[in-house]
Amino acid sequence: MTNTAFRTETLTKVYQTGDVAVHALRGVDLTLPLGEMSVLLGASGSGKSTLLNILGGLDTATSGRVWFEDMELTAMGQADLTRYRRDHVGFVFQFYNLVPSLTARENVALVTEIARDPMKPADALARVGLEHRLDHFPAQLSGGEQQRVAIARAIAKRPEILLCDEPTGALDSQTGIRVLEALQHVNEEFGTTTVVITHNVSIRKIAHRVINLADGRIVSEHVNTHRLQPSEVTW
Amino acid sequence: MSALDRKVLRDLARLWAQGLAIAMVLAAGVATLVLGIGAQNSLSETRAAYYERYRFADVFAGAKRAPEEVADRLAAIPGVAAVHTRIKEVALLDIPDQSEPATGVFLSLPVTGRPRLNDFYLLSGRLPDPDSRHEVLANETFAKEHGFQAGATFAAILNGKKRDLVITGVMMLPEYIYALGPGDLVPDGRRFGVFAMPYKALAGAFDLDGAFNDVAVDVLRGTTEAAVIDAVDEILAPYGGVGAYDREDHQSNAFIDAELVQLRSMSFVIPPIFLAIAAFLVNITIARLIALEREQIGLMKAIGYSTWAVGFHYMKLVMLIALVGVVIGWGAGWWLGRGLTRLYGDFFNFPFLIFTMRPDIYMIAAGAGLAAAVVGAVNAISGVVRLPPAVAMSPPAPPRYRKLFTERLGLLKRAPMALTMALRNITRWPIRASLTTLGLALSIATLVGAMFAEASVDLMLEATFFGAERQDATLTFTEITPIRAVEAARQLPGVLRVEPFRTVPIRLSKGHLSERTSLSGKPLNGDLSRVIDFDLNPISLPDQGIAMSDMLADLIDARRGDLVTVEILAGRRETHEVRVTAIVQDFFGLSAYANIATLNTLLRDGNAVDGVHIAFDANDREDLFARVKEIPAIAAIALQGRSLKLFRDIVERNILTMMWVYTLLAVVIAFGVVYNSVRIQLSERARELASLRVLGFTRAEVSFILLGELTLLCLVAIPLGWVLGFGMAWIVIQGLQSELYRVPLIVNRDTYGYATAVFVTVAVVSALVVRNRIDHLDLIAVLKTRD
Ligand SMILES: Nc1ncnc2c1ncn2[C@@H]1O[C@H](COP(=O)(O)OP(=O)(O)O)[C@@H](O)[C@H]1O
Ligand SMILES: [Mg+2]
Repeated sequence: MTNTAFRTETLTKVYQTGDVAVHALRGVDLTLPLGEMSVLLGASGSGKSTLLNILGGLDTATSGRVWFEDMELTAMGQADLTRYRRDHVGFVFQFYNLVPSLTARENVALVTEIARDPMKPADALARVGLEHRLDHFPAQLSGGEQQRVAIARAIAKRPEILLCDEPTGALDSQTGIRVLEALQHVNEEFGTTTVVITHNVSIRKIAHRVINLADGRIVSEHVNTHRLQPSEVTW
Repeated sequence: MSALDRKVLRDLARLWAQGLAIAMVLAAGVATLVLGIGAQNSLSETRAAYYERYRFADVFAGAKRAPEEVADRLAAIPGVAAVHTRIKEVALLDIPDQSEPATGVFLSLPVTGRPRLNDFYLLSGRLPDPDSRHEVLANETFAKEHGFQAGATFAAILNGKKRDLVITGVMMLPEYIYALGPGDLVPDGRRFGVFAMPYKALAGAFDLDGAFNDVAVDVLRGTTEAAVIDAVDEILAPYGGVGAYDREDHQSNAFIDAELVQLRSMSFVIPPIFLAIAAFLVNITIARLIALEREQIGLMKAIGYSTWAVGFHYMKLVMLIALVGVVIGWGAGWWLGRGLTRLYGDFFNFPFLIFTMRPDIYMIAAGAGLAAAVVGAVNAISGVVRLPPAVAMSPPAPPRYRKLFTERLGLLKRAPMALTMALRNITRWPIRASLTTLGLALSIATLVGAMFAEASVDLMLEATFFGAERQDATLTFTEITPIRAVEAARQLPGVLRVEPFRTVPIRLSKGHLSERTSLSGKPLNGDLSRVIDFDLNPISLPDQGIAMSDMLADLIDARRGDLVTVEILAGRRETHEVRVTAIVQDFFGLSAYANIATLNTLLRDGNAVDGVHIAFDANDREDLFARVKEIPAIAAIALQGRSLKLFRDIVERNILTMMWVYTLLAVVIAFGVVYNSVRIQLSERARELASLRVLGFTRAEVSFILLGELTLLCLVAIPLGWVLGFGMAWIVIQGLQSELYRVPLIVNRDTYGYATAVFVTVAVVSALVVRNRIDHLDLIAVLKTRD
């Protein structure tokens, strides 16, 4: 067993829209150790989401290779990718992506029902401080609350990987801090390998590792020796 | 219950209005199938049971006078199971308080017991005393029409002598399910009755003691009826036999056959069209509904649900909607089918009705309905599910609009913004816009297809009663009469015009095809009873050869100029080769026509007539009727005016009721389509519209953008719908053709107008409902959540 969570080799992704080809990733070589919290920084359009989606098995690469532990994601078909997502990965999206017709508890249950060793939905929601909002529908929750439901949904199956695409992007700083606290809490308590995309430069101070992307390439990688608590971060 | 199943139910609750609209469209399709076939099936089962229980015969024949012993020879024909002989006579009736003369058919009752064949059902009262000379049973329609019960009295002119009769009971007969009087086009209980009278009394009145003039034969299963018919003809020939015939040529039975064929083709023609249209509409609607779920589908895949699990999830939603539709359709079809059966049951005289449910039809209808929904869902789901979840979850990239061709030409510079947006939207999604237009057009087409019949029937009646058969009345004589009777008829009170006619039963054949029908002789340049061409203009009969309708010509595959064989089934029973000299248009029955002189030459019995058509002065009506009742030589009088009225009633009852049902279902379909089109558009563009509202557009402006697009599509759909509607009417017409009557294909401006008006109303109502939603668009919610 290695202690590497993800490894990529000259990963590229080209989107073909009509007659224009967009090179979203232009050869990414990356190694992410198990249990770390990494932050992906970069300007809009630099390829962060694309990279995260490929790591999470939501999208497929155009060329290059990706491993999760000793599984090669780039060699897997749709059915295997579905299994991979179901068994190993939790997602948090910028726009929460909750199912509007299901309550907070039911949104979490959507995941726990197909997971191998899930928490109880109520427990997962308690961990993000939503024990009082179990039976509210998304429309009855604030943005921060919706995002915390999304995090509860992501962690309820005790995933090995937690992938978050701009989880605080739509939130104010106070709410953003609560969300980050929840993420850090999960990372520390379960040793979940966590990758967070953000525009917010301050967040890098709470992560183990900070990776900068520009124009589809990694331009710098930095390991924090001293990590701050989310509450210490200024926005 | 799993969270996913809970989502199904919640989504259903959220989409209830749209779901119901889809379900109703499907229900309309399912209902048409169940109702038509249900009614058709119930009626034929009812008839079969009625025939079985009251021993309706297989072969029928008439004669002038045959001694009773002949019955034994008939019974000895190989394959004959039973023989029933009787006396059957036609006579004018004189009914208190009714000026128009009525006609009665008098049937003899056996001296003891019930008739062996062609029995009757005694509805009320008792059988006549076998020794009575005055007691009779009357058929139910006649009794009901006159309010007669046991004890009622009326008079009949039996063999020239007036006799007072008393009704002892009311009956129904399987041989008069469709009780048509002589010369009548439609049954008329007021002017035509069937009576059963003890043999002794009837034989006495007509000098037929120890003899019979009518026979019914029951043929053993497995025997060819044709052989029996030939044998019967041979035995009866010396006794003035008039060609034996089987059930197929039995008047009442043939009429029901024709109605059943019509009902059957209506239920095999229209429902599949409705069902196919419903399926198409459900298909496109569901496809769009699911396309809206794109992000949620992406999400479910992202968190680890397999393509199958996601697909199945939506399939459940669709199946639930479809099931609701199928169940409503079953219920509505069952209920309407029963109603229709009752309606027909009333019109035909059945003593009981058997309602049958064919499970296979219910299953086929359900299968077609569910399949339509599932195929729609599969199309849509597979389209979305194929996308990688990352792509599915992000909203589709903003569509690349193009400047319109006209804009590039600078034509639309000053067009209102809303119109420009609507036009760009249509050109951006041409396929979707075309499918929506096609859906709208199909709903107009179903309306046209359901509504056109009235005008067509009107034209048919117009052409028949005012173009072809223009006489006021038809007098039928008791027997073949010399031509000078025409002069006598001219002397009757109020009579303005008289034209003789002659009708003989014939078998018309060409090659191996033959058809039993009648040959009508009319004067060459008649003014009352005429034949018309395909433009509905009167034409004069060719003085040589015979004319026939295209329907009859098709049946024996004859063309103008062909030689056909005419076998006369009465009198000398000779066979002639005759040339077809004209193909004409007629809408009723199946008749061949000839110059009366030509016909008399073929018959070789001099210048004779069967009756006369007359025109009379309405002011002398009472005098004329009173006089006619006293003339023993007149067996029946048919009144055109009354036939027309009755025919309209029947048509209204049968065709138009059915058409109203279809119209109703077409309205349901139209509503389902229009409502769903706008409603889905609203969902698809909710964010855009909400953003416009945020930018300061008024509600009216925003509604206009959305509804403007619908309006444009409707404008294209309406003419397309007319074209498709004409096609549908053509198909329906094919189903309405029968030997009984033929409805011409007329789709006039009124029909297009009504169909369009109904469609526009439905569209406006749907638009108002959706407009209401736009007005209450929750801006914050739309912009905040992504659903
Ligand atoms: N589905 C797609 N189709 C076409 N181009 C895309 C698609 N998704 C992303 N892109 C393009 O790929 C590039 C990288 O996008 P993305 O990874 O989303 O950037 P980031 O998340 O860093 O803002 C951008 O130029 C974007 O326009
Ligand atoms: Mg991004």
